[in-house]
Amino acid sequence: MSLLEVKHLNIRYNDVAVVNGVSFKVSRGESVGIVGESGSGKSQTALSLLGLLPGNAKLTGSIIFDGEELANKSNKKLDRVRGRRIGIVFQDPMQALNPYLRIGQQLRLVLLQHELANNKDADAKVIAMLQRVGLPDPERQFRAYPHELSGGMRQRVMIASALICEPDLLIADEPTTALDVTVQAQILDLLEELRDDTALLLITHDLGIVAGRCERLLVLEAGKLIESGATTSVFSSPENPHTRKLLAAALRTDRGEIQEPNNGKTVLGVEGASVSFRNAAKDQLVAVADVSLSLRKGETLAIVGESGSGKSSLVRALLGLIPMRAGRAVYAGEALEGPVQSRAASQRRDLQLVFQDPVSALNPSLRVSAIVGEPLLVHQAKLSRAGRSERVIAILKKVGLDESYLRRYPHQLSGGQAQRVAIARALILEPKILICDEAVNALDGTVRQQVLELLKNVQRESGLSIIFISHDLAVVRSISHRVAVMYLGRLVEIADTAKLFSKPSHPYTKALLDASPVPDPRVAPVRAPLRGETPSPLTPPSGCAFHPRCAFAANICVEKKPALRDADGSRVACHRVDEIDLRISMPGVKTTASPGR
Amino acid sequence: MLRYTLLRVLGAIPTLLLVVVLAFLMVHAAPGGPFDDERVLPVDVAANIQAAYHLDEPLPAQFARYLSGLLHGDLGPSYRYRDYTVAELIRSGFPLSLRLGVLAMALALLVGISSGIVAALRQGSMLDRMVMFFAVTGISIPVFVVAPLLVLLFAVNLQWLPAGWSGASGAAKYILPVITLALPQIAYIARLTRASMIDVLGTDFIRTARAQGLGTKVIIRVHAFKPAIMPVLSYLGPAIAAILTGSVVVEEVFGIPGLGQFFVRGALNRDYTLVLGIVIFYATLIIALNLAVDLLYGVIDPRVRQR
Repeated sequence: MSLLEVKHLNIRYNDVAVVNGVSFKVSRGESVGIVGESGSGKSQTALSLLGLLPGNAKLTGSIIFDGEELANKSNKKLDRVRGRRIGIVFQDPMQALNPYLRIGQQLRLVLLQHELANNKDADAKVIAMLQRVGLPDPERQFRAYPHELSGGMRQRVMIASALICEPDLLIADEPTTALDVTVQAQILDLLEELRDDTALLLITHDLGIVAGRCERLLVLEAGKLIESGATTSVFSSPENPHTRKLLAAALRTDRGEIQEPNNGKTVLGVEGASVSFRNAAKDQLVAVADVSLSLRKGETLAIVGESGSGKSSLVRALLGLIPMRAGRAVYAGEALEGPVQSRAASQRRDLQLVFQDPVSALNPSLRVSAIVGEPLLVHQAKLSRAGRSERVIAILKKVGLDESYLRRYPHQLSGGQAQRVAIARALILEPKILICDEAVNALDGTVRQQVLELLKNVQRESGLSIIFISHDLAVVRSISHRVAVMYLGRLVEIADTAKLFSKPSHPYTKALLDASPVPDPRVAPVRAPLRGETPSPLTPPSGCAFHPRCAFAANICVEKKPALRDADGSRVACHRVDEIDLRISMPGVKTTASPGR
Repeated sequence: MLRYTLLRVLGAIPTLLLVVVLAFLMVHAAPGGPFDDERVLPVDVAANIQAAYHLDEPLPAQFARYLSGLLHGDLGPSYRYRDYTVAELIRSGFPLSLRLGVLAMALALLVGISSGIVAALRQGSMLDRMVMFFAVTGISIPVFVVAPLLVLLFAVNLQWLPAGWSGASGAAKYILPVITLALPQIAYIARLTRASMIDVLGTDFIRTARAQGLGTKVIIRVHAFKPAIMPVLSYLGPAIAAILTGSVVVEEVFGIPGLGQFFVRGALNRDYTLVLGIVIFYATLIIALNLAVDLLYGVIDPRVRQR
């Protein structure tokens, strides 16, 4: 008998069906992935299993868990299954843990509720569980509040709370989407290690995550189950055309077309740029330290790094949105300095920015025509209304939107359409440099692919230079000519794309590459290549900031900051770049701290 | 935290000074003076009295005199209650007003928060609508209308409770004044609690708690209560102020010899020092209580504590 059997599941809100006739089974101990783009109904399906849908959802069909019907049952009945027999890990551990309660108490409550501990031994059991999920100093973390922990540690706590009752089924709903890629690898390893004979239902939009870790796959599209089967066969011979589209749009860090290096002349030079902030306690936080780089005409330079790497602060300082504390930037022979309001109109026109979340970057009370035409009002005030409208229509056409979009409001656009509008707004002044800050991060795979193509086309036609900030190496590989890798505010490596991806020189670059999941079940997932998380920029490590996480660190790395130097076709900031061989995986790195298991 | 408290205390000084200046000007701007009476005094007697209380000096000089007294902790003598200082009058009236205020506040919190939570849990039900109807009514009807109506119903028609203060004995005489004082606060707090509880119940961490199989009781008591009462906490400052001002009316209506009555009499009699004294006393009290409320934030929300 299956552990879980879902039959003809339908979920409707008023008259809109979000899940439509989905049926599947999960056996004991099995790992099943549910993949799909946003709006495919994957999270709704997951929530429905535990009766967690909002009150206005209508559910029909049957959810049989271990012989017992769960669909439309009372909370009282479901509470015996929730947490006890089915555990769930949600996406964002900051939101999913109660900020008002100590971590220990949140876990204790679960044990006490299901009578798996009494008041006396609950604390010890919770501390043992925190130890198992790899929390350092669990006795202390027991008394910590969620905001005192890093993102990765919070997600470990979330996993502890889902597994503390040793459930039969663990549902993980986008468990690593809010985390950095090196931390993601650790969390996925941890799930694998701890779940034992607990069945796993892993819900994600990222085919790379399920490829190496799930035995079977379910593919959802617009609320329907369009494909299911063994992971290897879904990847190797997908039957449904939409599955094929999804697979084709899944970018890889190990293969695919690469942009040839571009030898245009330099349009933007940055020398020794530094950015720092002070927090409420007046501590100095160095976000960017001594970064130098250049951008060529018609080139896409990617800046890669995890959270806290300073990549966004760097470009914000270039644009004059935040002050640059030291260093200088030169564009077209003139210094870019001072706040954006005080800069020459030509500089403001020539450097444009596209943000990550298109929906919040567009004014919800303006129509598309006004949003896209607004820059013209400032920079070409003399243009007639008709002339402006002509330009707006032309630029919308260029980004693949026809005139019917002119009168729409942002909420009437899909994510991809909204990002096209944001790009059109940035391009209407015909800038020379476009800065994309995680501009495709919020988009689904297929849409992301289209937007990347759009950027490449615009670049080919107009010789636009692009600074492309991203944490996603697969995306970076497909769009950029050169890649700069940042860690804790410093540039650690910069090289042509082909060189960086085939032969990374810095151990951190290598770790990022290894940690990026590959959407191919034939490629075994690499165990998490790095332990720990990026340290706080308030208290950066001495010497090379990466040394506490680096397997190759020697004394010199602790004592002295490495300078950028040429090595094997890269510019690298590593003392030991000539001695170490990154082709073999990093030696001696234990990935998770879960002793005593 | 200590530094923060200290800064806040120092920051209160200019506010208080402003209150003193404005109150001083307003009292003196009102027509008439403390010794104007229906029985007109002979001119030289009136002048003597004016001189004895320095009322013949120019206003800035009077203000300087008052302020210097204030800095020495002296609120001055009452002009109308002969032989009493303002401080003595406050000491005699305040305990009763305090008792009324504390009882009303406690009632408002108890009934307001619990009915707000119940309404949030049964959102859209008949019960929810009743609570909200009551809340809107309670907020819209002023104290001076509610008080006589309550007296009419419970004291005159039903004769369950005493109508006034003097002559009545025991706890029964507190019931109507306290309810009158608490009613608008109950209504407001119920609305606040309901809205914020509905928000909290929609958060991801409550969804997590549900997914962990914790029952509704545990979820409300342990997970949702603290975050849901944060808005109520920030309303405590204004609520305290509202109850203090409300007590002025309520004490007058029910004939309660509290500080509110002294205030009303003082204002009608142009008893400058008494009015000023009570205003400054209340202002200090409100500022201090607001500071206490802000410190309470840190006790409940661990994220605030860090700052």
